[in-house]
Amino acid sequence: MEHKLANSLIMTVNEKKFIESALLSDIRVDGRRPFDYRNLTIRFGSEDGSAEVQLGQTQVLGFVTGQLSQPYRDRPNEGSFAIYTEFSPMADPSFEPGRPGETAIELGRIVDRGLRESRAVDTESLCVIAGKLVWSIRIDLHIIDNGGNLVDAANIAALAALSTFRRPECTLGGEDGQELIVHPPDEREPLSLILHHFPVAVTFGFIGKENTVVIDPTHYEEAVMGGSMTATLNINGDVCAIQKAGGDAVSQTVIMQCLRIASVKAGDITSKIKDAVESYNTQRSLRKIKRHNPDQQGSSSDVAKRHMERLTVGSDQSGIASQFNEHDKTNKRNSTLKGFSGGPASWDPYSKGVDGDALRISLASRVAPVDKQKEESSQVNPETKSNPKSSETNSIALTREVGLEKKQSKTLKDAVKPKHKRRNKSNAS
Amino acid sequence: MEYVSPEGLRLDGRRPMEMRQLRAELGAVSRADGSAVFEMGNTKVIAAVYGPREVQNRSQQINDKALIRCEYTMANFSTGDRMRKPKGDRRSTEISLVIRQTMEACIMTHLMPRSQIDIFVQVLQADGGTRSACINAATLALADAGIPMCDLVTSCSAGYLNSTPLLDLNYVEDSAGGPDVTVGILPKLDKVTLLQMDAKLPMDIFENVMQLATEGCKAVANYIREVLLENTKQLENRRGV
Repeated sequence: MEHKLANSLIMTVNEKKFIESALLSDIRVDGRRPFDYRNLTIRFGSEDGSAEVQLGQTQVLGFVTGQLSQPYRDRPNEGSFAIYTEFSPMADPSFEPGRPGETAIELGRIVDRGLRESRAVDTESLCVIAGKLVWSIRIDLHIIDNGGNLVDAANIAALAALSTFRRPECTLGGEDGQELIVHPPDEREPLSLILHHFPVAVTFGFIGKENTVVIDPTHYEEAVMGGSMTATLNINGDVCAIQKAGGDAVSQTVIMQCLRIASVKAGDITSKIKDAVESYNTQRSLRKIKRHNPDQQGSSSDVAKRHMERLTVGSDQSGIASQFNEHDKTNKRNSTLKGFSGGPASWDPYSKGVDGDALRISLASRVAPVDKQKEESSQVNPETKSNPKSSETNSIALTREVGLEKKQSKTLKDAVKPKHKRRNKSNAS
Repeated sequence: MEYVSPEGLRLDGRRPMEMRQLRAELGAVSRADGSAVFEMGNTKVIAAVYGPREVQNRSQQINDKALIRCEYTMANFSTGDRMRKPKGDRRSTEISLVIRQTMEACIMTHLMPRSQIDIFVQVLQADGGTRSACINAATLALADAGIPMCDLVTSCSAGYLNSTPLLDLNYVEDSAGGPDVTVGILPKLDKVTLLQMDAKLPMDIFENVMQLATEGCKAVANYIREVLLENTKQLENRRGV
């Protein structure tokens, strides 16, 4: 509501008339024809699961994160995902800080419906232990600049971010096969999500008395238009979601015509997203080759650590879990002396979703963790061992590693339980 | 699960293209300027309209047309599991927005500048198709309040289960995970103002389902017109004309 009002305030009557009358001769204010889409660029961040989409003047940032949590009771073997929208007051004068407004909620719901109801994300593959532990995916959509047609840009940002997101691989191990092992990214390649298809949103605006249809309206056109329709389609021409929330009425034939145009545009956009993701993935694999260079080990493990912190944010540890943790840390210190150079071999996978029983079971199964740790760490980096190259640089990297280890251990877990930190220090000394 | 039996009957005994029983009553809230109760089978919705009146929040006043506000709520007892729903959750905010924009399209707002019209809709019993029922109830309430409208918006939903298009889904059919198309039309102009849809559906089948929902809307429109006519006749009788 506020959004619409503020938008109409900056438009003079003459400007509105100009847009409407120009459209009658198929000309739009930015020089496009009625069914031309604006220029679309997709950029990816340095981390997996982040994408920045620029659609003309509109800029939207999508960020995907994952966390282990308990599944919903009615869907015990399915992971979940949720969409959060952030309309920064920086993007548009009409966006107010505080609770999300109506437009923000509507945008989130449209993107959510397109992804969820058409089952674009394979949620069953996100299950770790049925009924106990699943991955819950969080998609954050930040509007950075509002140049009109936020829905399409946000939808593309969500798709691009989802297709580059990777979660660490989880396996069940231990003696009774009930212990959860989360493999850090440099030990096993993190898995990407399974996306069955790309539901792409295409928005149409209906302007003027004749209800001239324009695709991808800019925010000037949004201020003038009497109604809009967002159709979410995939490359096969299936309709995944439609939202036409009131506004000017149009006939059914116009709607079907819009859908046909939208399916063509959806194909174009899908191929654009896929190309961008592919080039990102090749770059990513190139980066991974560099990672084994001993000079860069410190930084790469730093990235890995950050990646995992992102995953564990919000997880609170029960007493038992943090005890484990301490145990692991001392083990790690032992193992680092034996040529350990990868990222931390164990991190706490227990998030708030784990119940006490599961913990007790896994505690019981943990009889001789020390040996296992050593084994693991020796498996991690056969290259560094076999590498006869200058043990000097290696040891430098090692000391740096230990230093980093200490620094890093101060970050998140200790913020949760400061008691253990002190005990930890005394252990170390 | 089988939603259409081999005999061509649905779970509640209807045919695929059959609507649930409609019932409407005007003047359910005595204090409101216009009000209505609308039932579609077991779905029951009450709507109240206040206005046109002075704008409460002066900063929201629009100088060339009326300000429309809408609030959609679901009663705690309306669903099977009695849950305390937080006020203003995402779903109800979205439906409020949808109802408001749909009504804005048919109310002749330019006739009532610098005024405000409030629409309150509450779901008393939810059995699928609450969105459509709310729009129908709001239309009736607006007509009861005597607010000038260019047409009576009516709405109906349709779905597609067991490769059969179904009209007016109930809760069981709605939660089956199949497509759910809600259409709102202006019956005299035969134009679509509201269209919401989710789940995956090929385009040609979608056209059929939308067509079916539109037919449902027209049936609702006929019924609403009858109810309003009946109501006007009663008013006439009371005045002894």
